[in-house]
Amino acid sequence: MFRSLSISGAIQDRILRILRLLAAATLLFAGLAVPLHADEGAAAPIAVPATSVASANAQPFDFGTLLVQLPDADYDEKEAIIGHLIELHRPNTRAVLNALLDGRLYQRQSDKKVFIADESGDGFKLTDPVTLADAGTASSDDLDKIGTNNSLRKSLRGAVAQFALSDPDRKVRLQAVTEMLRTLDETTIDALRKRLPDEKDSKVRRAIAAGLALADLDSPDADVRLKAVGTLKDSLNSDVYNRLKTMVEPGADGQPGEADPHVFTAAVHAVSSIEHWRSFYESVETLFFGLSLGSVLVLAAIGLAITFGVMGVINMAHGELMMIGAYTTYCIQQLMPNHIGLSMALSIPAAFVVSGLFGVAIERGIVRFLYGRPLETLLATFGLSLFLQQLVRSIFSPLNRSVSTPQFMSGSLQINDALSITYIRLYIVVFTLIVFAVLQLILKRTSLGLTVRAVSQNRSMAKAMGIRTEWVDAATFGLGSGIAGVAGVALSQLTNVGPNLGQGYIIDSFMVVVFGGVGNLWGTLIGGVGLGVTSKLLEPVAGAVMAKILVLVFIILFIQRRKQGLFPQKGRAAEGH
Amino acid sequence: MTRPSILGDALRKDRGGQIFLALLALLAVLVPILNLAVPEGSLLHLSTYTVTLLGKYLCYALLAIAVDLVWGYCGILSLGHTAFFALGGYAMGMYLMRQIGTRGVYGDPVLPDFMVFLNWKSLPWFWHGMDVFPFAMLMVLVAPGLLALVFGWLAFRSRVTGVYLSIMTQALTYALLLAFFRNEMGFGGNNGLTDFKDLLGFNLQRPGVRIALFLTTAVFLAGGYLACRYIIASRYGRVVQAIRDAEGRTRFIGYKVESYKLWLWVFSAMLAGIAGALYVPQVGIINPGEFAPINSIEVVIWVAIGGRGTLYGAVVGAILVNYAKTYFTAALPEVWLYALGALFVVVTLFLPKGVVGLVRSRAGAAA
Repeated sequence: MFRSLSISGAIQDRILRILRLLAAATLLFAGLAVPLHADEGAAAPIAVPATSVASANAQPFDFGTLLVQLPDADYDEKEAIIGHLIELHRPNTRAVLNALLDGRLYQRQSDKKVFIADESGDGFKLTDPVTLADAGTASSDDLDKIGTNNSLRKSLRGAVAQFALSDPDRKVRLQAVTEMLRTLDETTIDALRKRLPDEKDSKVRRAIAAGLALADLDSPDADVRLKAVGTLKDSLNSDVYNRLKTMVEPGADGQPGEADPHVFTAAVHAVSSIEHWRSFYESVETLFFGLSLGSVLVLAAIGLAITFGVMGVINMAHGELMMIGAYTTYCIQQLMPNHIGLSMALSIPAAFVVSGLFGVAIERGIVRFLYGRPLETLLATFGLSLFLQQLVRSIFSPLNRSVSTPQFMSGSLQINDALSITYIRLYIVVFTLIVFAVLQLILKRTSLGLTVRAVSQNRSMAKAMGIRTEWVDAATFGLGSGIAGVAGVALSQLTNVGPNLGQGYIIDSFMVVVFGGVGNLWGTLIGGVGLGVTSKLLEPVAGAVMAKILVLVFIILFIQRRKQGLFPQKGRAAEGH
Repeated sequence: MTRPSILGDALRKDRGGQIFLALLALLAVLVPILNLAVPEGSLLHLSTYTVTLLGKYLCYALLAIAVDLVWGYCGILSLGHTAFFALGGYAMGMYLMRQIGTRGVYGDPVLPDFMVFLNWKSLPWFWHGMDVFPFAMLMVLVAPGLLALVFGWLAFRSRVTGVYLSIMTQALTYALLLAFFRNEMGFGGNNGLTDFKDLLGFNLQRPGVRIALFLTTAVFLAGGYLACRYIIASRYGRVVQAIRDAEGRTRFIGYKVESYKLWLWVFSAMLAGIAGALYVPQVGIINPGEFAPINSIEVVIWVAIGGRGTLYGAVVGAILVNYAKTYFTAALPEVWLYALGALFVVVTLFLPKGVVGLVRSRAGAAA
């Protein structure tokens, strides 16, 4: 049920996107043709109201009355009505125009009133366009969509963009300018030109300048074009790049798009400079992807670095402890579906506790009987991992569960046109560092950490000093398992939460721990990040799967040469392993 | 009076082995009779499906013996033995693919279907000669043997042991799994090799051929068992067991521990390859899924359940677990993974010597 809904949603989305693309393409086409017969009124800017309709039956120009006329008007009349709506300068004009543009403006058949309607469940949620207040719901049978055509939508887009350009929020303005760069035509250039003197924000100014320069590239005057190329050579916008590219590359007739030799040379330089910067930012992005992949690896491996590295216990159910952490996140989110951010924050300690308790149970129930027999431990914990997977399948069903992402973690940080970083990856990197720091602090600065290190270095001496080693074993295992649970919280944001969540990470985690050097947290950190970056750097060259294989083979060979890993333990602690 | 051979001597002391070989011989006589001579519909009739199933179990048993040889007698816990099994299987699969000839969907006389589908123009170099049966069978031994040789040489020379080695073998089979999933590798990618027609000119679908395959598997299982028993009883085998018990001491006495381990490892890999080659024509498909690390670990649990370090225990474990799997996955699919998981835990905690050890100690107590 849930699945089919989401699929149909995705299809709808895609259809919408295709339609929009088509519309944009037509608009572009129309935009090219406009200069020839702009005066014929087919796509005249809305700011000039056509008088016929308005004078005939819309006196006085009241927002509400204008709206009511909208459904029955033909397209030319609609355009006129929209012009009047804009002239009224009402704050809700933009919402209405947007709704009309997106096809969300409907007329109710029963009373001929106009509403903004949003699909919700089986019916529609209505909003009164005049007051923007909630106006109840209606079934789709009772509503008629107010239609638009290409030329109307084009005008609407221009009008909406104009509104956006004067928005007090600079983000909205920037968004509007970027949007307009994609569909430059008379209307939008006009709007940009008008806005430029009033614009205070430097970023928006630059974007507007780029837009105007882009328009200038079509100018018949070579000097204007040359100047425009000069302005554009620092831009990283892909529309700018594509446009400059057409000037440089030979077209269908074998001639480059630019005839003037000076402008041509300038354009060649601009293109190569842009390409240079774009490839630079691309490698920065790859590096960041590697960093975030590495962070995930470190998160997955760091609990293992405690149980395997410090205690020497092979826990093949480590991945399943992460899975338990992820399912804990899912459960808490189910309990408080309206507070995603809060549930996220609560999940971290909850997952730590739940997975930690599982870990203590595993240590008390199984692992402690098998100390000193690593191969048997491996087998028993592997059996346990199968058991836990099946348990989750029985309780939650074998299907994946989706965990929603809190608002502040979605979206991406746009650094410039060529480089954007998704917040979620950024947070994962930060989160990993925090977890790592906390773990280091626990091991180095608390009495628990002290006893853990003492027991791992010399068990019998620690015992002789009065440390309850049994208790320490359980606590250490619980700590490592709890960290695995916390890693599961992070993973729930990155991948689907399902019974096989942990399985995919177990081999990688062991590789990271062994590669970094057993019993060395710093080794795990550097090993994990190093492996993440390496595989992301290899991916464009060798492909994703091949990169993974190469990394595995590299580790296998590396262990042959230095079986203690990158940072071998020194001194007495090394003898224990 | 001839001097008693090492093998004869070993077998005389090997009660479990005697019983196992006797049962295997009985099976080899009964199965063909019940399948071919007893008319269909009779209570005693054995369906061809069952014959194939039994053949499959025997392949698994051979694989389990290979794992027990290195784990039970040399202490090398391999979590990647199905890599060798699958490589042997792929070698056989390649031969079978070439035998299809023009009967494939695309009817290309040389190229297998998937290559035509991928628009390849000629056979990759490693497919050449695979249509010649003796060469393909040589490859069944060489491919896993070579991989084991290279991996073992690297690993044993740098003295990687214990858990590290186990995890590395797991990584090895994982890497191969990923590699064989790629279409570019030239092994049929995701789908693997399938749709086989005949082997040495005999139609694989005929019951008689199924029986012949079953008997061949039984012969190889018996042969593999005897070979392993011989190795274990020989001087070489005793050094191997000494390495298992005290590697450092054996090295200090002056034995070249690395080469002892290496050749045992290579032999075991070849045995696994043979098991894979016998497996493929019976089940009719080989795909990258066989490389999955979990399969390798399952093999280890067969050996652990049967009783490691006994060889026949491995056979018992392989057949017991696989019979349980066949039964449970059909009757109670939910329960199977619980049962398998619990088996791992229970056997390692309570049955360190496996079922065979349990039976033995009962017999010892009764006597």
